[in-house]
Amino acid sequence: MDNNVEAIPLNKKNFSKKRNKQSRKNILTAWSFIIPNFAGFFIFTLIPIIASFILAFMKWDSFNPPKFVGISNFTKMFSDDTFRISLFNTFYYAVFVVPLSLIFSLGLAILLNKKIRGVKVFRTAIFFPYVTSLVAVAVVWNMLFHPSLGPINQFLRAIGILNPPGWTSSVSWAMPAIIITSVWRGMGYYMILYLAGLQGIPQELYEAASIDGANKWKQFWNVTIPILRPTTFFVTIMLTISSFKVFDLIQVMTNGGPGRSTNVLVYEIYNEAFVKFNFGYASAISLVLFVIVLGITIIQFKLDDNNN
Amino acid sequence: MNLKRNKKGNKEILAKGFIFAFLLILSLLILVPFFWMISSSLKIDNEVFTVPIQWLPNKIQWINYSKIWTVIPFATFYKNTVILSVTITLLQLLTSSFAAYGFSKLRFPGRDALFLAYIGTIAVPWQAYMIPQFIMMRSMGLTDKLVSLVLLQAFSAFGVFLLRQFYMTIPDELCEAARIDGLSEYGIFFRIMLPLSKPALASLTILTFVNTWNDYMGPFIYLSSTENKTIQLGLKMFVSLYDAQYSLIMAASVVSILPIAIVFLTLQKYFIQGIATSGMKG
Repeated sequence: MDNNVEAIPLNKKNFSKKRNKQSRKNILTAWSFIIPNFAGFFIFTLIPIIASFILAFMKWDSFNPPKFVGISNFTKMFSDDTFRISLFNTFYYAVFVVPLSLIFSLGLAILLNKKIRGVKVFRTAIFFPYVTSLVAVAVVWNMLFHPSLGPINQFLRAIGILNPPGWTSSVSWAMPAIIITSVWRGMGYYMILYLAGLQGIPQELYEAASIDGANKWKQFWNVTIPILRPTTFFVTIMLTISSFKVFDLIQVMTNGGPGRSTNVLVYEIYNEAFVKFNFGYASAISLVLFVIVLGITIIQFKLDDNNN
Repeated sequence: MNLKRNKKGNKEILAKGFIFAFLLILSLLILVPFFWMISSSLKIDNEVFTVPIQWLPNKIQWINYSKIWTVIPFATFYKNTVILSVTITLLQLLTSSFAAYGFSKLRFPGRDALFLAYIGTIAVPWQAYMIPQFIMMRSMGLTDKLVSLVLLQAFSAFGVFLLRQFYMTIPDELCEAARIDGLSEYGIFFRIMLPLSKPALASLTILTFVNTWNDYMGPFIYLSSTENKTIQLGLKMFVSLYDAQYSLIMAASVVSILPIAIVFLTLQKYFIQGIATSGMKG
């Protein structure tokens, strides 16, 4: 960067003065590029992130002035039934959505990576649910899941299941209904990530394996899966984080119900903050959400390290 | 030998045929909800839920599509969504491409630490800091105004990250040569970097546009009065007000998806590239 400055012969004193001026100018130029985005980012993202840590130790109902209450927001969680249920439901959702999406997206990516007629059309079809608006999608699935007249239960009756589940109107089947919709909507996205990973595998590896006598199944386990490890790692983290953030689908499909059967962490944060105006307590729960997400990410990084 | 090869060839063709059939059936299954949505939107309410399922309308009811604009202020919702999506996307493109250039091609003290802090926040779920954000916006008197969402979403770190990844692939020598030729940093940015980064800009455009168009929780928290609602909130309102008018609900759903479907189908390539690069090179 300083090449053109050094090219001009100058005595040492002048040189360093000029150099200083030049580098200050460079710094200013650099900041002029960054500042439009950084200003907005600093005010509307960074400050709120820091503030959320402070708010978690306050009691604030938005009408009276905030009051510092130490860790009482956190001890309150232990006796809060709804919080416990929402925590359980979030894990329930994640435990199914993460592996199911992983398996489906990998399977689809492997099939779509073959040279078959119409691959592009299939890819578009499978990916399409991901770009469509969530409300429309949730509304349609709610109708498909209609207990007595919905197409899904009509199909189940037709194949001999006389008492099909009540789906979104049943306490025990509402969560599975949401999980099915969620996997259906998201798998196209993760499939794209897997396809990108698959396209990076050199064909020679398969040829070499095949010469060594490995059949397709062995090639899959000994070539494809190990090479896709970074992709799988990344997809798992993305899936886990997004599972813990689930809200929209649940708000539109079941509103957290029936009862509290689909009440998840973010739904609980929303309720405490924007319905009951317990800003402090809601912030404490969101801090728990953040710590869980961070913890899972760190554990996955550790596991990945150990396997390497 | 020849026979064996033929046999193997046949087997491969058979396998491919099988996969083709499987993918065909699966794609159709995945699209069934959309088919049902469109078909129901053209029915009368009584035909939507029938035993056995009726897949096609008896008589096509185009009138459903004109009704939805009068029973609910759908045009207003549309307008708000377009304003939000376009403004946010433009601001995001502008500020991110600038910042990405600063972070990838210019050197200044603390650059890497700052960038690390930047991308670190991508991992923090928005729901973890939405409350202080809301309180801040409320104290500025910006809740229930479109501008609040613009301020929240136009300066995301994600855009900077995506574009920086792309700028890193452009060789530094190119900028160096331009500097020696006397071009200022702004000149290099506008005349060299921007034209070269068209595919990345296209990816960021479509990703941001689709995300903003489909965003639900942000508008849900911030926008409360009917005249400020977006298409997603409007659709939800429609469903809770007219929960038995199935065909109108489905028509409204189709209309809410249509613009995104068109944008996606025409710019699909950039969309997929954007996901693949932002996802994989992290």
